[in-house]
Amino acid sequence: MATYSTNEFRSGLKIMLDGDPCAILENEFVKPGKGQAFNRVRMRNLKTGRVWERTFKSGESLEGADVMDKDMQYLYNDGEYWHFMEPDTFEQHQADKATVGDTALWLREQDNCVVTLYNGVPLAIAAANHVELTITETDPGLKGDTAQGGTKPATLSTGAVVKVPLFLNEGEVVRVDTRTGEYLSRAKD
Amino acid sequence: MLEVDVPVLGLRGVTDVHIDLLRVAEPHPAYLQSSPEYFMKRLLAAGSGSIYCLGKAFRAGELGKRHSPEFTMLEWYRVGWDEHRLMDEVFDLLTDVGLAKEQAKCSAYSYRHIFEEKTGIDPLVCEILSLQRLASEVANRDFSGEHRSVCLDLIFSLLVEPTLPGGVVFVHDYPACQAALAEIKVDADGVAIARRFEIFCDGIELGNGYYELTDARELRERFSADNTQRQKMGKELVDADEKLLAAMAAGLPSCAGVALGVDRLLMNILGAQHIREVLSFTDDFANYICGK
Repeated sequence: MATYSTNEFRSGLKIMLDGDPCAILENEFVKPGKGQAFNRVRMRNLKTGRVWERTFKSGESLEGADVMDKDMQYLYNDGEYWHFMEPDTFEQHQADKATVGDTALWLREQDNCVVTLYNGVPLAIAAANHVELTITETDPGLKGDTAQGGTKPATLSTGAVVKVPLFLNEGEVVRVDTRTGEYLSRAKD
Repeated sequence: MLEVDVPVLGLRGVTDVHIDLLRVAEPHPAYLQSSPEYFMKRLLAAGSGSIYCLGKAFRAGELGKRHSPEFTMLEWYRVGWDEHRLMDEVFDLLTDVGLAKEQAKCSAYSYRHIFEEKTGIDPLVCEILSLQRLASEVANRDFSGEHRSVCLDLIFSLLVEPTLPGGVVFVHDYPACQAALAEIKVDADGVAIARRFEIFCDGIELGNGYYELTDARELRERFSADNTQRQKMGKELVDADEKLLAAMAAGLPSCAGVALGVDRLLMNILGAQHIREVLSFTDDFANYICGK
């Protein structure tokens, strides 16, 4: 893997630090007129999601991380692993619970998602920003109540619980923003 | 005071360990000057009297919110003055150009005082270990084994500078290891300090001044110490400027000099957050950033 010098650090670059792959968020150049130059770097540890701030002497370099995002299709969950497939090569990858995390709540079989591969192995899964899921459990709908703002909890086919308007019923399909977990609209079919 | 125009392209350049020169390649290898200092000192030695120069300066690898590899510098020398008198003049100039209009107050601290106040560590006499420990803490990385001067730069830039009071602040009497081309004196406590000052405005460095070193032998030793350090760091060596050394041997008058970053001055007056806002033709600047 290539190495990158601090002056090549820009937002989005993936590098290795303390044995973990990280994505650079921000790189600030700091230099006293007559003194040593530094780069104050904010980065996200891609394994833990934590943001790290580290200061390097300008010119120091770090190894690049073999990290890439790939569009894949979610196939199924065998109880222990979630399985994904690359649509062009049909190559399959499996990810455990720690990797999939809360994204599992938004994964519907056959849906597309983004799998982040680190050294060829899934490191993180991101669902599409908007998904359509069926309501499997909720209190009966209140007819006519389409305008006022009241909400109730509804369980979706993936197990996610979202707040939906009172008029919705079990079996209906809703559109949800996976980044906020918020109901957007009734799906148009 | 006389305005002078000196070359931006010179056969020699500064040996400063932390200034990387932009080199012009064949057919006439030369350096774009990182400041007009060497040429101006040759004029001073030739008897010019007090002089100033407003022009472009170049430094490789300096690129960021407050740095551009090409920038504008105002540098001047006052014959027969010391650094404190020059600081007063700098403040008058900053007031005249409207920089210090609202907080027309000016504070001055010795490096030792302000550093110790912010960190609890005496930067001049403390053990190197305590500086390395604090530097590691500030950087969130291991800085043990680092040079004293590097630790001081890190701590000062990241911990002290951002907490300087508003308005114009002069920091003077630098650690001897950061003398650059300033005279070194021994203070009342018997500690060697450099007669160098930095100007900050609202926490941002605007310039740097010296009561100038005039001893040619001492200058030669500093050049050679810089190159020894450069070699250790794997940096290109820069040959000593023999013409400057000869001028200084012939006699540089007692003087104080200062250089102000004009782009930063404009940034401050206009409230600009990025140096791009005060530069023209910044599409080139953006290309530098993209490495194109």
